[in-house]
Amino acid sequence: MLNFILKRLGLAVLVAFTVSFISFSLMFLSGDPAAALAGETASDQDVEAIRVLYGFDRPMLVQYWDWLSSALVGDLGESYYFKLPVASLIAERLQVTMLLGLCGISFALLTAVPLGVAAAIRPNSIIDRVALFLSVAGQAMPSFWFGLILIVVFSIQFGILPPSGTSTWRHFIMPTIVLGYYAMPAIMRLTRAGMLEVLSSDYIRTARAKGASEFKVLFKHALRNAIIPVVSLAAVQMGFMLGGSIVVESIFALHGAGYLAWESIARNDLPTVQALILVFSLFYIVFTFLSDVLNAWLDPRMRAG
Amino acid sequence: MYNKGNNMTFKVKALGMAAAAVAMIAAGAVQANKADGVLNAAFTKELENVDSYFNSSREGVVLQRAIWDGLIYRDPATNEYKGNLATSWEWIDDTTLEFKLREGVTFHNGEPFNADDVVYTVNFVADESNGVKTQRNVNWMKSAEKIDDYTVRIHLKAAFPAAIEFLSGPVSMYPNEYYAKVGPSGMGLEPVGTGPYKVSKVVPGSHFVLEKNENYHDSPKGQPEIAKVDIRTIPDVNTQIAELFSGSLDLIWQTPADQAEKLSTMEQFTVANESTMRIGYLTLDAAGRTGEDNPFTKLKVRQAVAHAIDREALVGALLKGKSKVVSSACFPSQFGCEQDLTSYEYDPEKAKALLAEAGYPDGFSTDFYAYRDRDYAEAIASFLNAVGIDTNFNMLQYSALRELRMKEGTPVSFQTWGSYSINDTSAITSQFFKFGSLDDARDEEVRDWLNVADSATDPEVRKENYSKALKKIADQAYWVPMFSYNTNYVYTKEIDYTPTPDEVLRFTTMSWN
Repeated sequence: MLNFILKRLGLAVLVAFTVSFISFSLMFLSGDPAAALAGETASDQDVEAIRVLYGFDRPMLVQYWDWLSSALVGDLGESYYFKLPVASLIAERLQVTMLLGLCGISFALLTAVPLGVAAAIRPNSIIDRVALFLSVAGQAMPSFWFGLILIVVFSIQFGILPPSGTSTWRHFIMPTIVLGYYAMPAIMRLTRAGMLEVLSSDYIRTARAKGASEFKVLFKHALRNAIIPVVSLAAVQMGFMLGGSIVVESIFALHGAGYLAWESIARNDLPTVQALILVFSLFYIVFTFLSDVLNAWLDPRMRAG
Repeated sequence: MYNKGNNMTFKVKALGMAAAAVAMIAAGAVQANKADGVLNAAFTKELENVDSYFNSSREGVVLQRAIWDGLIYRDPATNEYKGNLATSWEWIDDTTLEFKLREGVTFHNGEPFNADDVVYTVNFVADESNGVKTQRNVNWMKSAEKIDDYTVRIHLKAAFPAAIEFLSGPVSMYPNEYYAKVGPSGMGLEPVGTGPYKVSKVVPGSHFVLEKNENYHDSPKGQPEIAKVDIRTIPDVNTQIAELFSGSLDLIWQTPADQAEKLSTMEQFTVANESTMRIGYLTLDAAGRTGEDNPFTKLKVRQAVAHAIDREALVGALLKGKSKVVSSACFPSQFGCEQDLTSYEYDPEKAKALLAEAGYPDGFSTDFYAYRDRDYAEAIASFLNAVGIDTNFNMLQYSALRELRMKEGTPVSFQTWGSYSINDTSAITSQFFKFGSLDDARDEEVRDWLNVADSATDPEVRKENYSKALKKIADQAYWVPMFSYNTNYVYTKEIDYTPTPDEVLRFTTMSWN
């Protein structure tokens, strides 16, 4: 088991660095980093000065090695754009993103799982139809549009929620709904499908036959089995929410890590982009790992593997 | 009967109470503004560093003018130069400027302002190894020398008549002791200047709070009236507008024309439009950098391009506001920007005839590049298509297009330039026609005229040489200048403000109605 974990972790680290190398190369392909950094008002001399100052005139592999060797000893460098240590910049922005991600996934799970269970208990009932409608709508609505609709209704029409910013918990309500609603449909459909399958299985019939209460049948026997794939999916969704909340962060002016990543790519801020990619890869690795552990806890059969 | 009536009243009452509750919550959400003296404004872009020598964005200029002062000040309405931290100045020779400094000025941290601050600031920014981001703003200065506590000399590397313009713009004075201690990143987080506004909060890139400097000296900028300015970065324009509606923003700017048009119909907002120094132009590969046989090396082809584009239509339909058609390779208000030169009227038939004369009776096809304002660029490309110049449209990232233009050049590309708000032709024409890597003309005569104009101290000599250069650029159609840009300012009726044509928000000239 320990061997297995170590092997997987080693593989994951390799994946993280492969991703970081590819992204490093892509940044160079997407335009002259010195020109991007110097900005649109720069003269030739400005661009050349920056090229020398940051060492962009050296071979790309040398530059990557420089970055990698300091990153490995924990020095993520200084943001080219903000002139601040990348570590503190990311730490500050991650707080917002992590809070938003946790709220988002909680919202998604708290709405999707009960709805999925309810829909599975009475397939083709009105509840099932409503759940289907909600999930199709959630899948079809782009976040930027849904976000703006919420702002129009709750900030402008009723004036009860602030449209943007992070200063109070009320600022997080709309972003949580928008982000969570994006992850909800998949979780809900998977819960419903899993429950339907499990509910028609032999051991549920057995459980009912031996006189277990309906509550016990549903939540102890059925949901525990049906939720296993949902846990894996939620882990992936959580990783997505941390790295991919760019649109939501931009609409609600949250200044989180997703928006920072997006902007840093446009600004060719290599140290920041590289560090964020590492952090995001680590998140995926950690969440996938956690979901395996959780699954093993839910399903003793998995503990062997 | 009685019961029912009672029930009704109850329902109405409950409804009324609910409505009142909503209204109260709504009122609570409105944090503005006139009452508590806080003006809430928005930036669209994340500002990299508040230290004005280490950023290159418009937002940075806005904060710079509020936090710091220069030795000189240019009145944005009259373009007249006035003393700010200096009370007078004179040219000792072509490369030496002497300043008498204002006495009794203190920085926000209490440090008194004197010659040491000027000497430290100039020597720091002029040293290339300190890495000032926009070198052009400072690299004409060699050093500064203290004569006495309130007299200082700035030595230039070479004759540079635009020095006064730069000293009234991007070159601001920093406190020597504080700056020596904290450096650019410390200055970016806790800025200290002499300006009309002190900084009370900086969250890098996202939030800036300014407070009125009660001890602001008797500056030509005027005394600040607004007690506090709270600026948040809100990248999405729609969100900015929602904030404006909900009352938590009082002022936004750089609002797109279509949105501004809608907002102008609402009575609670003022929508002001003002031109900026930015102009849009096509640059044509006259020097043949993309190939000797490139059609744009032929004068008639370049003239055909100029005749093919209906610039009035572009301004009327797309840019709107205070934008104007420009024909010189500079912004009209800039010193030396000659206006009396060849202008090409819209005449597609003439364009076709010129193409035929140049040996392209059936037109030709070419790569066309742009990096911003896709709608403008596409409209321009379609005008070219209409006369037979078949364009292969490429929209690139700014840095990618710049790299391409530096290395190989492009046959034709749509470019813009804002002259970083410097009101002098040297900030635009001289940047592109002196054989730099972005010079698509490579005309020696133009270069030589510009060299004379950039360094002559006699304003008449400068004007004459800029005029010659600009006339030849127009005759040769090296560039096809298109239009000037404009920007929209949207603010609540509670604010009294008149924007200036240089796209710098000046909080000092804002007040509550």
